[in-house]
Amino acid sequence: MFYEQITEWQPRLTESHWASFRGADVERVLARETLRPQDLAVLLSPAALSYLEPMAKKAQALTIRNFGRTMGLFTPLYLANFCSNQCVYCSFHAGNKIVRCKLTVEQALKEGKAITSTGLQHLLLLTGESRTQSGPAYMEECVHALRPMFASLGLEVYPLSTEEYRRLYEAGIDSVTLFQETYDEITYAEVHPAGPKRNYHYRLEAPDRACEAGISAVNIGALLGLSDWRRDAFYSALHADYLQRTYPGVEVALSVPRLRPYAGSFHSSAAPVTDALFVQIILAYRLFLPRAGLTLSTRESPQMRENLLPLGITRMSAGALTSVGGYSETDNVGSAQFEIADERSVPEVVQMIRAKGYLPTFCDWVNMRERNVVAQ
Amino acid sequence: MNDTIQSVNPSDDSLLIGGANLHSRLFVGTGKFSSHEIVPQVLEASGSQVVTMALRRVDWKNPQENILNYMPPNTILLPNTSGARTAEEAVRIARLAQAAGCGNWVKIEVVQDQRYLLPDNWETLRATEQLVKEGFVVLPYMSPDLGAARRLQDAGASAIMPLGAPIGSNRGLQTKELIRILIEEISLPIIVDAGIGRPSEAAEAMEMGAAAVLVNTAIATAGDPVFMAQAFRLAVTAGRMGYLAGPGERRIEAAASSPLTGFLQEG
Repeated sequence: MFYEQITEWQPRLTESHWASFRGADVERVLARETLRPQDLAVLLSPAALSYLEPMAKKAQALTIRNFGRTMGLFTPLYLANFCSNQCVYCSFHAGNKIVRCKLTVEQALKEGKAITSTGLQHLLLLTGESRTQSGPAYMEECVHALRPMFASLGLEVYPLSTEEYRRLYEAGIDSVTLFQETYDEITYAEVHPAGPKRNYHYRLEAPDRACEAGISAVNIGALLGLSDWRRDAFYSALHADYLQRTYPGVEVALSVPRLRPYAGSFHSSAAPVTDALFVQIILAYRLFLPRAGLTLSTRESPQMRENLLPLGITRMSAGALTSVGGYSETDNVGSAQFEIADERSVPEVVQMIRAKGYLPTFCDWVNMRERNVVAQ
Repeated sequence: MNDTIQSVNPSDDSLLIGGANLHSRLFVGTGKFSSHEIVPQVLEASGSQVVTMALRRVDWKNPQENILNYMPPNTILLPNTSGARTAEEAVRIARLAQAAGCGNWVKIEVVQDQRYLLPDNWETLRATEQLVKEGFVVLPYMSPDLGAARRLQDAGASAIMPLGAPIGSNRGLQTKELIRILIEEISLPIIVDAGIGRPSEAAEAMEMGAAAVLVNTAIATAGDPVFMAQAFRLAVTAGRMGYLAGPGERRIEAAASSPLTGFLQEG
């Protein structure tokens, strides 16, 4: 399991290790065709910060060769925000006094219809962690209802068992998104003081269970800025590499969420991820994993998203709302999970992508479990 | 392949697949372009009659985004089963393509390896067997292996599409020797698919006796895709003509003008 790789690398990833790399090391890595984990460490080191331009050029060329000048589009749909966890950085924190609700299947359909009217066909379903309010059976009902409307359905919820993933896969889920938040066990325990999410290992092994259940794509990542970003970025990419090698048939993607303001007062004690460091992380991911998808959410500003687009990003959310019931403005609107920085509409994002010389892609999947879906 | 200069008239050198007489031996893919608007220009410059597209990327709900609306009339559509991990999934995608009006040609692509996108010959064979039974014109994308190619031939494939190098790698004919063997031993058209990164590599494949080549990434990601499509068109034609003309024997040493055994002819 991947945890063995973490324990193997843990003693080596010290401040002095990162500081030991020189420009010549970065140049050697940039000349290599395939990169090893030790090369990934070089690209995340302080020395590589002076090489962002050559890294960007290589990352862009690799991305175009592997994915073309295209940008996949998706949007999140929050089904429920009840949560029994106490993640100190999250608005859905059980102790936060926010408006809690969950959509009925009819309301979820209404939301789905509002989303499809924008042309989007890739949907990511989200809930807070509440087995009583939004358990796997509830998710399954929503999946059955929404499946015919979308080219693909992704799921970003709390970690499930293999059997639960299998049932949801059979119901119509194509991909699973799950962030470890931080790979550092001490920080993980600090920022998850109570609730089922405290179980670091159950979360860490969830992508394995999803892959074993037949899910065809997984999207992982760390919440950058929650703990030491360098180690979290290193482990995120190493985790993606592990998943690619262990489950070669599964499409593996990485997300790059940075901490955003939310309804609470958490301030991370870790060093913030500046824009330059953020770019360094994205480029290191791309160079280490040329075939992995890289997903960028609306947590980032329009300007930042525009500038990051050609550096290796392959998928973006567009027109996203993180509140429950927000798209169709039902009476049943729950509070949002985080503030959105890019509030542009789908047509505005599409226009931006075209202006950058890329093809916005609304549809890049076929529902292989049902007949005649595309012929509607 | 038996169509040497003795048996084929170069002025009427068409390729027969699935009942279609193709005068262009360049098949083109539609992925990775920066806009749909450029695709018709690329197709025109390439002269291609057979165009492949991933069914997974056909956007039925947004007419402006639907690649099929950018295809010139009389194009033979070759939907591919990109995204399929098993024979069953490939069969399902092929049926969906047919039901959606994409015709009965299908390029089978079954990939269980997302790092290199290498095809799974075993699943590809199973999908071929099924789809041939259902009346499809089946063109399987495969790793160049003689045993697998013979089985695909026996299963009723209409052509064999071995890879030159991994999809999108632009690495050229890395599997050249294995493709050469397929050309020698398999009577079906051999269409080199994937890996061709330069017009010169397309010409080389055609000179070897490949029946056609399929090019996507090399054109789509070129600085000027339309110009590159034209370059590939010329390269494929040149390579084919070179093959038909019957190139002279390639030698390691120079041919001595004064043969060492010439004295045997004397006196």
